[in-house]
Amino acid sequence: MTATYVITAPMMILAALGILVVRKAVHAALLLAVVMINLALVYASLDAPFLFAVQIIVYTGAVLMLFLFVLMLVGVDVSDSVVETIKGHRVASLAAGLLLGVLLVVMIGQLSLGTMKGLAQANAGGNLEALADQLFGRYVVAFEATSALLITAAVGAMVLAHRERTEPKPSQAELARDRVRSYGETGLHLGPLPPPGTLARHNAVGTPALLPDGSPSSKSVPSTLHGPRELEEHK
Amino acid sequence: MSPTQRSLADFGNDTWWVVLIKVVLIFGVCVVLTLFNIWWERRVVARMQHRIGPNVNGPFGLLQSLADGVKLALKEDLTPDKADRIVFIIAPILAVVPSFVTFSVIPFGPVVDFLGQRTPLQLTDLPVAVLFVMAIASVGIYGIVLGGWASGSTYSLLGGLRSSAQMISYEVAMGLALVSVFMYAGSLSTSAIVAAQGDMWFGLVLMPSFLIYAISMVGETNRAPFDLPEAEGELVGGFHTEYSSLKFALFFLAEYVNMATVSALATTLFLGGWHAPLWIDHVWAGANEGYWPLLWFFGKLLGFVWVFIWLRGSLPRLRYDQFMALGWKRLIPLALVWILVVATVRVIALENGFDPRWVAVPAVLFTAGMLVVLLRGPKAPEMPVAEHQGAFPVPPMPIGGAVRGRAEALVFPSPAPTRSIEEAS
Repeated sequence: MTATYVITAPMMILAALGILVVRKAVHAALLLAVVMINLALVYASLDAPFLFAVQIIVYTGAVLMLFLFVLMLVGVDVSDSVVETIKGHRVASLAAGLLLGVLLVVMIGQLSLGTMKGLAQANAGGNLEALADQLFGRYVVAFEATSALLITAAVGAMVLAHRERTEPKPSQAELARDRVRSYGETGLHLGPLPPPGTLARHNAVGTPALLPDGSPSSKSVPSTLHGPRELEEHK
Repeated sequence: MSPTQRSLADFGNDTWWVVLIKVVLIFGVCVVLTLFNIWWERRVVARMQHRIGPNVNGPFGLLQSLADGVKLALKEDLTPDKADRIVFIIAPILAVVPSFVTFSVIPFGPVVDFLGQRTPLQLTDLPVAVLFVMAIASVGIYGIVLGGWASGSTYSLLGGLRSSAQMISYEVAMGLALVSVFMYAGSLSTSAIVAAQGDMWFGLVLMPSFLIYAISMVGETNRAPFDLPEAEGELVGGFHTEYSSLKFALFFLAEYVNMATVSALATTLFLGGWHAPLWIDHVWAGANEGYWPLLWFFGKLLGFVWVFIWLRGSLPRLRYDQFMALGWKRLIPLALVWILVVATVRVIALENGFDPRWVAVPAVLFTAGMLVVLLRGPKAPEMPVAEHQGAFPVPPMPIGGAVRGRAEALVFPSPAPTRSIEEAS
């Protein structure tokens, strides 16, 4: 146990500090994954193999993957801004953090734990079997109540995010007709968008196409990858 | 003593050099399997497409993948300008390491005499070995997702996004398919699951679980027809568009080792692991002892790999929304209903004392119903059929009808002996 702890604990602390320091959100998410996997290793070394597997499957595999999914949609080069958007935000969050710390210290200080029974006795019938016995025996009501709560939350999320379609989905023929009509009425360009790299020095996906006057075309590069700053670079 | 403890007691007693040899052997097996599977895939797909496939380097062209691997490693290693350098390098490593690690809990055979030591043909086992495989596999997907993000290219990003969505959806169906196996084996450790299949394979009594697992394992490994993260028709190369040289080779290696891993897991969970097939052990008692089980195990594993190749050779890629609908609207509900059926039969069998293998009867019925649900496609909209004019220029059929079987081997007439340079000068 000690050897695992000596390796994982410093890694966890470094990664956790790194989350505060790094600028890119995806890097922070990655460091969070390091913390979670190391935590799982600590569980494994403490004779809790089921908790080890579940920690990785649920937190690293599902929850953090959903985080990443959202972060990746935000874009590659979006870094955190250090400008305070809400006045007094920093002082307020520092005070709140300190208060929470004091609260936790006071609470845990007044806690009294029963006598330890030891791992050997807790895992007597096998770790998995003992855990199942507790979950579906002694704590079955709490377990079922939690699952009902989670299902309610999932259904609620779906209800809130769901939107009924009020008009039929336009077919390809209708879309084409609308495009031609808008060309006839407003003169909107009928053809496809300019591909990246046209008339430019490279044809990479990130290189904007050049217009006849030599200025880069913002329509030729996807906005998730490149903001206005990158367009300026290619001038 | 429960079966879990009895079989788990065989592990953790090896001397350090036995463990070391086992680790090196597993690594070697994974790499050699990869080289073999690449060659095999090319040959089988070539046969399906009336071509010959690699047949020049080595006997039957077996060394072709080795030559390709060396060539790939020597190519220029490019890093795009917009790439996030650190994550770009970490991603392929993150993809390849977990694929090897999962092989450590796969049972290759029973306890054998190994260089004078009694040891099981398996590196290690855990009380939660199957969950361990799923956990490690979910870390492996990070490699693909981060590789897609770090490349700084739209195609890669879309490939990475697809991969993460695909993995989350199909891991649910996969996990649900495994629940009935756990219920019947009474354990999550791979060696105990194999031991529980001594007289009846779970693939037969729990056929719906086997089918659901088989479908979702193709989705989980990003193989055709579910290879949407690297759909070359839409995304160039998907998540590995910007990768070259050794980093690309690592992604490639990870894909093929993963294919072997899920096949090995399917063998272990559903096809009796290293047990001899077709009741051979009833005729010949030695079939399940010593090193013979290795033959059965690798035979079954390669059978699964062949199915992977067959699927790739014959099915077109799914559209993304169809793929997601299959996972969420068909596979997951079916798996949930099947778990209810299995649990009910199991409780009735335990309380009334009849053989729990009677679950095979509802299994067959459920499989039939499942195939109806899965194969019934949405109704195609009525389309006006254009009048066929018969004037479209179609090339004539080859003489003797459509081509069948393998193409004719190419024969080159041996060149006339020419004088060498020394003779000429």
